[in-house]
Amino acid sequence: MLLEKYANEIKEILDKYPPGERRSAVMPLINLAQRDKMFVSREEMIEIGRIVGISTTEVASVVGFYSLYYDHPQGSYRLQVCTDLPCALRGSEKFLEDLCTRLGIKPGETTSDGLITVESVMCLAACDRAPVFQLQSGEGLEYYENQTVENALSLVERLRAKAAQYRRRDNLD
Amino acid sequence: MIEHGITKNGNQSQQYVLLRHRDIQDIDNLEVYHKSGGFLAFQNAVNTMEPSEVTEIVKKSGLRGRGGAGFPTGLKWSFIDNNQFPHYVVANADESEPGTFKDREIMESNPYQFLEGIALCAYAVQAHKAYIYLRGEFWQIAARIDQHIAAMKAAGYLGENLFGSDYSLDIYTHLGAGAYICGEETALLESIEGKMGQPRLRPPFPPSYGLFGKPTIVNNVETLTNIPMIVAHGADWYRNFGTEKSAGTKIFSLSGNVNNPGNYELPLGTTFRELIFEHGGGIPEGRQIKAIMAAGASSSLIVADENALDTPMDYESVPSVGAQLGSASVIVIDDSVSIPWLINKTTHFFRHESCGKCTPCREGTFWMSHLTERIANGNASLDDVDLLYDVANQIKGKCFCALGEFSTESVLSGIERFRDDFTNAVNR
Repeated sequence: MLLEKYANEIKEILDKYPPGERRSAVMPLINLAQRDKMFVSREEMIEIGRIVGISTTEVASVVGFYSLYYDHPQGSYRLQVCTDLPCALRGSEKFLEDLCTRLGIKPGETTSDGLITVESVMCLAACDRAPVFQLQSGEGLEYYENQTVENALSLVERLRAKAAQYRRRDNLD
Repeated sequence: MIEHGITKNGNQSQQYVLLRHRDIQDIDNLEVYHKSGGFLAFQNAVNTMEPSEVTEIVKKSGLRGRGGAGFPTGLKWSFIDNNQFPHYVVANADESEPGTFKDREIMESNPYQFLEGIALCAYAVQAHKAYIYLRGEFWQIAARIDQHIAAMKAAGYLGENLFGSDYSLDIYTHLGAGAYICGEETALLESIEGKMGQPRLRPPFPPSYGLFGKPTIVNNVETLTNIPMIVAHGADWYRNFGTEKSAGTKIFSLSGNVNNPGNYELPLGTTFRELIFEHGGGIPEGRQIKAIMAAGASSSLIVADENALDTPMDYESVPSVGAQLGSASVIVIDDSVSIPWLINKTTHFFRHESCGKCTPCREGTFWMSHLTERIANGNASLDDVDLLYDVANQIKGKCFCALGEFSTESVLSGIERFRDDFTNAVNR
């Protein structure tokens, strides 16, 4: 339950908005629910609806509308390359294609270990530093600018090493 | 004060009213900002000025909205409905137009000037709460802005009874979650209210019916960042920059086929040629410039001939070459680029970002993207090009908000001004 797990954060979020305007807390609460696992579950949508006083359907419509929200479990990381016009003029389409080839996947697909989904996204407001991608995970969002395929592949290796470490730790538990 | 020389137009050096972090190291530190004259304008306003006097200075300065519409800022503030309270101020930090990356640099590097701008606007319209709506991808920037807000509160620049007066103000961040449409001010307000980001019918406009149905001023980050300098140095000082109808400096986000992409702060009225060839270092690998998009993906395509290159980049001159200045996100396109490929990129963007509320935009961008894909891939006939032109014209003038309108700009101007590219594409 979100209320048990994040009591203080939820109070802080609700305090940002005028009394009687609790619905405004929907997006911050979805962000909270997505923390650590990068998706918001049905149960959490019901709870968010209860906290702010709207129906589950209304919460779900917000989840569905915005592209950074997910309503089902994801791979651990989404590596999202901007291929909009200014970036494409600076080679981002080829960057995405080459990166996917080296990883043995197509854009939009997930690596065979289930760890990283590589896809194209719309403008990230970093047009002067293309190729650029954002890495979305349960820990948040990070920008990687002026990238080469080699840079990106070494990041992928680091993420794999980190995941292996977590698995070992989980096994010890 | 700004130490370096200021001349009317034509000065080759960049002049920092906004990107002051390039002159003053660590201006993102509250102490450093304060020592550089920061918060004095806000303190003076609260202690010595009537709210309407602040609005009056901004009106006289000639500042126009930097988000794209170019609406006179002081005039907008003067529309606030004083028969209804509370009032709100909302900073639009949803920066999502392909080719635009200026607000991000301000918020990352000169955040206190932006925050002081919000405070001055809030005082001018007597709002006690302000929200900054940042696109969800600016997650890390929002976290830092939260720290800056806390630092201002601790130093007595935000909170209750500011500077011994009875004026109080709090500023909060609110994160979006990946929706270009939320840059449209009424969609943005819907989003803060916890709804899908779909635009409202206007009028009523936000100064009479805004956030939570209350009078609200929505301004772009860059617009607000001008305010502390205008209030500190006066309207006449500000009018030393730029042209009569387009006062001040502007951050030009330069991207695309250019050697030195980046943000350049220059007086409004600087020519495309100076921006692209002097500051931007020209076109890579000896290729030739072919087209310019002055307002990001929402722009029509300017044929980059000598006349266009010598055109001043200000609100009144850019229309003479069949475009708008908009947010001044200048995308440079060289002669290696095929225009059918280009409009295929832009139509896919708008199709993805259409909020789905109105039919011309939702269906129109869908069908345009099918046609542009076919044309760009060489699977089309000239009839398809004419059909695309027809579809775009059916969208134009019929949409609920500007997004749908903008989706047609590059398509219509591309077909009209670069017909040969389309003939070549269908005859491959």
